[in-house]
Amino acid sequence: MSLEVDVEHRLGTVTLQAQFTATGRLTALFGRSGAGKTSLINIIAGLTRPDRARIVVDGVVLADTGRGIDLPPHRRRVGYVFQEGRLFPHLTVRQNLTYGRWFTPASARWGSFDGVVAMLGIGPLLDRRPALLSGGEKQRVAIGRALLSSPRVLLMDEPLAALDEARKAEILPYVERLRDEGQVPIVYVSHAVSEVARLASTVVLLAAGRVVATGDAVDVLGRLDLMTATGGREGGAILDTRIERHDARYDLTVLSCAAGEIVVPRLDRPAGAITRIRIQARDVMIATVEPSGISAQNILQGTIAEIGRPAGGSVDIRLDCRGQALLASLTRRAVDQLGLRTGLAVFAVVKTVALADG
Amino acid sequence: MLDLTPEELTAVRLSLKVALWATVVSLPFGILVAWALARGRFWGRSVLNGLVHLPLILPPVVTGYILLLLLGRRGPIGQILADTFGIVLAFRWTGAVVACAVMGFPLLVRAIRLSIEAVDPRLEEAAGTLGAHRLWVFATVTLPLALPGVIAGAILGFAKAMGEFGATITFVSNIPGETQTLPSAIYTLTQVPGGDAGAMRLTAISVAISLAALLASEWLARVVERRIRRA
Repeated sequence: MSLEVDVEHRLGTVTLQAQFTATGRLTALFGRSGAGKTSLINIIAGLTRPDRARIVVDGVVLADTGRGIDLPPHRRRVGYVFQEGRLFPHLTVRQNLTYGRWFTPASARWGSFDGVVAMLGIGPLLDRRPALLSGGEKQRVAIGRALLSSPRVLLMDEPLAALDEARKAEILPYVERLRDEGQVPIVYVSHAVSEVARLASTVVLLAAGRVVATGDAVDVLGRLDLMTATGGREGGAILDTRIERHDARYDLTVLSCAAGEIVVPRLDRPAGAITRIRIQARDVMIATVEPSGISAQNILQGTIAEIGRPAGGSVDIRLDCRGQALLASLTRRAVDQLGLRTGLAVFAVVKTVALADG
Repeated sequence: MLDLTPEELTAVRLSLKVALWATVVSLPFGILVAWALARGRFWGRSVLNGLVHLPLILPPVVTGYILLLLLGRRGPIGQILADTFGIVLAFRWTGAVVACAVMGFPLLVRAIRLSIEAVDPRLEEAAGTLGAHRLWVFATVTLPLALPGVIAGAILGFAKAMGEFGATITFVSNIPGETQTLPSAIYTLTQVPGGDAGAMRLTAISVAISLAALLASEWLARVVERRIRRA
């Protein structure tokens, strides 16, 4: 899969100017509200006519204003899952789901009705009307409807934003499954770092209409200079780990990654499974000598790779733990007292590990 | 009381026939024009809007006279219709249909337009991303959701056609059995001595038909609305 986007479009006082190429299974357009994420996705879908754009999905040119190409939305074959679902109220769930199939040439169809219904668990809803569905059910049907139009790319515009936490947790596994089945590349708009950390293989970071960074999710979220943009107080590194073994006696699970072994409360997943975790910068302490007599279970060895610019009383630091980036947020005084400088070998004491995909 | 004379019965039947045809003929055009006005972005939109509303502001007699000038046997359009298609409208019941359709058109379009404008354009966008061409979007999303308004507009047009007098009498005159509709018949009865009883009978029928149409439209709109919005 490849998605090539090069867009220029005036939006009131800011100019959206975005150029990136994404090859991952799930590309997150990530940024604060007002960064231009939804405008960008609407331009990809053809719902907004841009001043200038070149959009290519897997070699198919959807728009190239320079060459006078600008396919109307109905000929782009992009599946669009809107924030508010936008199910047709006068049709049943079944009719909503099959709506797009009508317009897809038989040769371009993929995925079966039954398969999609089973994957999204919406079998019992088929004969109902959208008005009788819960928010989470509506979004699942909306995802199914977009999928069954056999799109070249699936666009999701903050599909969880209108849902409460419980409903979000209900939808996320379906998005993950969709990503892992890999039948269709996904572009996922979000302002929530937790969603991006959990789902994204590629991140396109937007701020004030511009692309600030593009790349592998682990790399982009692990960059010090982007911490304010990626997470602010919630900022932190993500690590892709593998489940090494379970410790039945203490109800723990041992994960391994380049940085070493990390112990977390027992996970209900088989050994060998790939698990993405997130370590927030404010949950990392730094020691210059190996700490002993400490209750923290996860102590990783590394070197200081980068010291950020101080903001108020605190400084953000990036560690290189055998190739794996780790972010830490320290007070300025601690940095001075410990004499921290780039290249110094240190120990990172990790207080809390959050499961990014749990 | 409802002991109608054969002439009166003919007038009632003719009026129903004319109003029905006027509604059926103008509905497709009305829907198209309402759609264009509600969603279209094209040059001459306000001109079209003005043109559609013209019969509402002009004196009906003037509208009828314009129709006579355009569609009469010697009129620019009437001549073509007569020579090429053999269709004569002036002083025929078909002419009454045209007069009623034209007079009811603004009401019909207005009701349909409002209900189309009330359809969430984001649903139409969604249909577009699912591969539906604009015409399909209209047929499968916009029109079904606007159906209550379409019904209301059609009934309004029908009621207007039942009561149309000025344009009809000017364009097709008042020929018993051919163009003497209910209002024309009432008018004639009030002009002759001893016609009061007949005028009263027809008035009662006129009121009953209009009320029935109104109630039917409310009921239909409710049924459709329920079918659209609920399970």
